[in-house]
Amino acid sequence: MINRFKKMWGLLPIVIFLVLWEITARLELFPGHIFFPPFSEVMREFFSLMATGLLVESFSRSLFRVLIGFFAGSVCGLLVGILMGWRKLVDRSFGPIISLIYPIPALGWLPLFMLWIGINEMLPIAIIFICSFFPVCYTTATGVKCVDKDYIRAARTLGASEFKVLTGVILPLALPEIFTGLRLESGMAWRVVIAAEMVAVPTGIGALMMRAESLVRIDIIIVCLMVLSVMCFSFEKCFHYIERRLTTGWR
Amino acid sequence: MPCVELRGVSNFICRNVDLRIEDSEILVLLGSTGAGKTTLLSIIAGLVEYTGSVLFNGVGVDEVPSNKRRIGYLFQGLALFPHLNVASNIAFGLKTRENHSSKVEKRVNEMLHLMGIENLSDRYPYNLSGGERQRVALGRALAPSPEVLLLDEPLSSLDYETSKYLRMEIKRLQRKLGITTIYVTHNQREAEEIGDKLAIIHNGTVGQVGTPEEIFFNPVNGQISKFIGSPNILCCEYCRKLVKGLAEIKSGDLHIIVPDNGNGIKKIAILPHDIYISRNKPPGPDINRFTGTIIDVNSSINLTLIRLRVGEHVLLAEQPIEITEELNLQVGDEVHLILKMPRIKTLSTRENESRFDGYSC
Repeated sequence: MINRFKKMWGLLPIVIFLVLWEITARLELFPGHIFFPPFSEVMREFFSLMATGLLVESFSRSLFRVLIGFFAGSVCGLLVGILMGWRKLVDRSFGPIISLIYPIPALGWLPLFMLWIGINEMLPIAIIFICSFFPVCYTTATGVKCVDKDYIRAARTLGASEFKVLTGVILPLALPEIFTGLRLESGMAWRVVIAAEMVAVPTGIGALMMRAESLVRIDIIIVCLMVLSVMCFSFEKCFHYIERRLTTGWR
Repeated sequence: MPCVELRGVSNFICRNVDLRIEDSEILVLLGSTGAGKTTLLSIIAGLVEYTGSVLFNGVGVDEVPSNKRRIGYLFQGLALFPHLNVASNIAFGLKTRENHSSKVEKRVNEMLHLMGIENLSDRYPYNLSGGERQRVALGRALAPSPEVLLLDEPLSSLDYETSKYLRMEIKRLQRKLGITTIYVTHNQREAEEIGDKLAIIHNGTVGQVGTPEEIFFNPVNGQISKFIGSPNILCCEYCRKLVKGLAEIKSGDLHIIVPDNGNGIKKIAILPHDIYISRNKPPGPDINRFTGTIIDVNSSINLTLIRLRVGEHVLLAEQPIEITEELNLQVGDEVHLILKMPRIKTLSTRENESRFDGYSC
């Protein structure tokens, strides 16, 4: 009972924030109150957008892109990262290239990809791929490299083959680091897909926001922002949960 | 179990090491920090690069990777896998060669029982005490029935009582399993207690190999004598049993009362810090008390080494520098000294006669 109450406690600031928002907008305290709809208006718009199916459509487009791009990017990132952390030769071959490409912001690739790929479904997916691949690869490689050498030596003296050392010792011990990378990038994928949709792709949540902007529909913009915030948050929480499940007991 | 041999082994720290460990024997590598003890273990385990050769039972294993050398290695930091519980840690080495899970489970239970840690099998390493971790790590190293056991300062992180107890356990287990063991430590007392033989490692080379008595009573050079504490060694010319457990020996013109194990006494040794010096005649019973003349006083940062002429002998005594300053000891002074009787070590004539043929007294 007390635990439940403590959990609810975390929601209280949000409730207060929403109430304050509602009150300030209703009382028209700010000079530009036309551009500042109250929370209830926004929620009403949310339900009507849901009813027309426009929001669901845009959202599912974005979700699809994020899932495909992030999945492909992080799987490739994991594989290359593990190889880089495990084998010095791979690290020496790929490391310098990756450390040069890694700092380029994912959106920096957008103009280039618009010309290479064209404006189609592949464009946001490619951007998200890039956005996920490099950081996941980097953190995975670091995580694998940081595993205490004594564990590896111990596993070897216990008769483990190189592959068994990797799967039985290195990867489990690198999991926390790997999941930190995955968690941060899962949120980042949403930030990037919106930017790409706002600039280049005519469908998805980002595009919906840009259309709302041209029609001065502040309520729709706020609905989209709220959807985004919830998605980023729940993706990160989801990875946090998986990490906790995998490392529970020993940390 | 194989005997282990190192021939002309060198690498970044070891220089041309020759060493032989007999079947079922415990050899202790004793040396100060950074002397290369751990590196020697890593060489035997095949974990670091080296030149020269390592042989098990006369067969070179230099080309054999460490996971095929059948070695049990207890690391100084233990390296228990934090993501596995006690039972899985012990099972790790078994699963690499055994596929039947029932056999693995049986062996794990055997090891848990052998180490006396059945109640810990579901715990994770972070949740264990130092002594418990030590047992788990030893159980894990022994589980795959290795032929050579390498122990790297296994007890250095434990409190005195626990380490003493575990030391006896390790010795008991080693005798029971008859496994060839190499034990690294920097603690001389631990080394003497557990080792069949000691090897003094100094600057990446082997200084001397022998039984604890051989090294203590007959160090081959000044460096080794200094490392083991520069004991004063006196030959026993005549020995008379006083009561059970005590004997009086004559060495030169000194009559000294020493602990006696009934096997005869060939030599006695006393460490410099077990000699007590005073200006006035100290109170108490008149046992092992002599007078001597100081012939040299040599002070370092916190210790003073005092060389004394006592009858025909020259003895080396050691004391904290504050005491020397307080007593104002000068060369030529006449002082009283006590040889602390229980601290006197003796070398028996009978028990190890064959080993010590080389001594002349």
